[in-house]
Amino acid sequence: MNSSVIEFAGLTKKYGSFTAVDHLNLSIDEGEIFGLLGPNGAGKSTTILMMLGLTEPTYGTVKVCGINSTTNPVEVKRKTGYLPEDVGFYDDYTGFENLIYSARLNGIPDKEAKEKVKYILDRVGLSEEINKKAGKYSRGMRQRLGLADVLIKDPSVIILDEPTLGIDPKGISEFLELILKLSREEKSTVLLSSHHLHQVQKICDRVGIFVEGKLIAEGDINTLSNKLFSSDPFHIEAAIRQDEKVGSPDIVRNELVEKIKQVAGVHYIETFNDTFRISCAEDVSGEIARVIVGSGVQLIHLSGKEYGLDDIYNRYFEQNGNSN
Amino acid sequence: METVTDISNRMKRLTTIFNKRILPDIEREPERQKVSRVAPGAFMVMVKKEVSDHIRSWRFIILFSIIILTCLGSVLSALQGFSDAIKASQGDESFFFLRLFTATDGTLPSFFVFVSFLGPLLGISMGFDAINTEENKNTLSRVMSHPIHRDSIINAKFVSALAVLSVMFFLLGFIVMGMGIIAIGIPPTPEEFLRVICFIILTILYVSFWLNLSIFFSVKFRQPATSALSGIAVWLFLTVFYSIFVSVVAKAAAPSEMASRQQVMKYQQLVFGMQKILPSEMFSDATTTLLVPTIRTLGPLTAEKMYGTLPSALPLGQSLLIVWPQITGLVAASILCFVLSYISFMKREIRSG
Repeated sequence: MNSSVIEFAGLTKKYGSFTAVDHLNLSIDEGEIFGLLGPNGAGKSTTILMMLGLTEPTYGTVKVCGINSTTNPVEVKRKTGYLPEDVGFYDDYTGFENLIYSARLNGIPDKEAKEKVKYILDRVGLSEEINKKAGKYSRGMRQRLGLADVLIKDPSVIILDEPTLGIDPKGISEFLELILKLSREEKSTVLLSSHHLHQVQKICDRVGIFVEGKLIAEGDINTLSNKLFSSDPFHIEAAIRQDEKVGSPDIVRNELVEKIKQVAGVHYIETFNDTFRISCAEDVSGEIARVIVGSGVQLIHLSGKEYGLDDIYNRYFEQNGNSN
Repeated sequence: METVTDISNRMKRLTTIFNKRILPDIEREPERQKVSRVAPGAFMVMVKKEVSDHIRSWRFIILFSIIILTCLGSVLSALQGFSDAIKASQGDESFFFLRLFTATDGTLPSFFVFVSFLGPLLGISMGFDAINTEENKNTLSRVMSHPIHRDSIINAKFVSALAVLSVMFFLLGFIVMGMGIIAIGIPPTPEEFLRVICFIILTILYVSFWLNLSIFFSVKFRQPATSALSGIAVWLFLTVFYSIFVSVVAKAAAPSEMASRQQVMKYQQLVFGMQKILPSEMFSDATTTLLVPTIRTLGPLTAEKMYGTLPSALPLGQSLLIVWPQITGLVAASILCFVLSYISFMKREIRSG
């Protein structure tokens, strides 16, 4: 079953001397939710445009369901639903009319289209706004309408470009839930791009990190964090409270840092006032606690830290910055 | 018995061949056709939507009423002096029905002058926001994500505007003819009718040139205001400033008084050619020739050419022959603009936001 639905092979797009997408090789399996992550201008949207044949790659190919997007975009678009970054509708048409137009463009007969549009609008939760002009829709409603527009053709691949941009937090989680539910029910493959890590983290099976046109890492979040933090897999955060009587806070702190550094396995320590961040090769939190308590200050907080996308992301930027 | 088994064996073989080789092909055929085709009628769906958008837009309603009112006004003013005109011509000018479109009693310009003035405005107004508004509202990338060819969009924009314009100008032409029949009481002769039809088609061609030009600007400029202003600027330049420019050039290039007749002739042809290359000149030349059948030539006329001609009207075929260069020129200019906008639209990257 796990045949790949989307395949990028050496995909490159250049604008003059600027390389927007640089030799992208990636394949996405059927039924997967793949998150394309990266800062603005990393080439996520350009990649998506090439998938739909809306712009031509300089080299390389994209295949969606085995169809080449550059030479046969119409076939690809028949199977693929695309929600653009800032989706627009005809303002003086109602949401219903906008969708009917899309249904007609997809060659759905009028009778069937009406039923289908009503059903889909109901699914995305817009059944009450059905006769409201699209110009009066709020941003979140427009995004839902956009999703309905994608679903009208029963796509086997759904591409969402920054779907959470500009919606309020409650709306975002509702919207993502909706995407998750729909993709599980219809068994469709979803590719979504975002620069917002936390949101995407929740629903993605797999993510790819995209910086300056290059895919620098891909995999599920656990694999990614293991890969990245392989040298120091454990991170411990400790907070202390100093007693004024013991001595000057700075001196005490520096002494403590030196002591912690002596603990076997500790590689690196960062201090933010009275909070320490310690990277180490194995779990030595017990030892660290003993050292801190032994030095006469109060230990008020000690925790092992797990990695989220944020850290992965930041780590990549650090690495990139260092290599430059 | 043997022959019967032979035949039945052969039949069996044939059936297996049919089942194995031919039947799958037949069954696959419609599928193959379906794969290579765009959703049936997607283009017509787009044209229908564009037409209904045009008809419902305030812009079109306003321009349409302006054109209807001015044209009716000009026809009424033509009818005012009509009886005098007929009496004066005393039948030796048989095409008096056509005078509805060209005559005036001096209060208002004639019908075809109005059309040649307002036509470009109508064309520009129907095309200047064709592509860029869709782009600015981000509807273009959404519509393009449906299974349609990219050129369907620009083709639909052009075809729908052309359809609306054609219906409108035929409507206008027939209203004027109808009013003429009621007011004068004499129906037009078949030739007059054909001439009017030719005039209407020519008008549509001329307006479609401006339409294509403004579609081109709408592809080029992201702001609808810029594209509308560019269209109007070109129109103003061609109607007002170009003739000034030509007269300046003409003064500079004027031959001395001592120049030979050939030189003067060449100079005249140069100035003439510079003036006649304008779309508006082509249109007005072509329409006057079609509506005034006594016009025999559009170039400089020498005494030798006039010698021996009969002062009579030309048949429609001959009139068309005279204006053939103008018609070709208008069609060419219009196609050129469309090709330019088509190419730049097809190369465009469609991005949202």
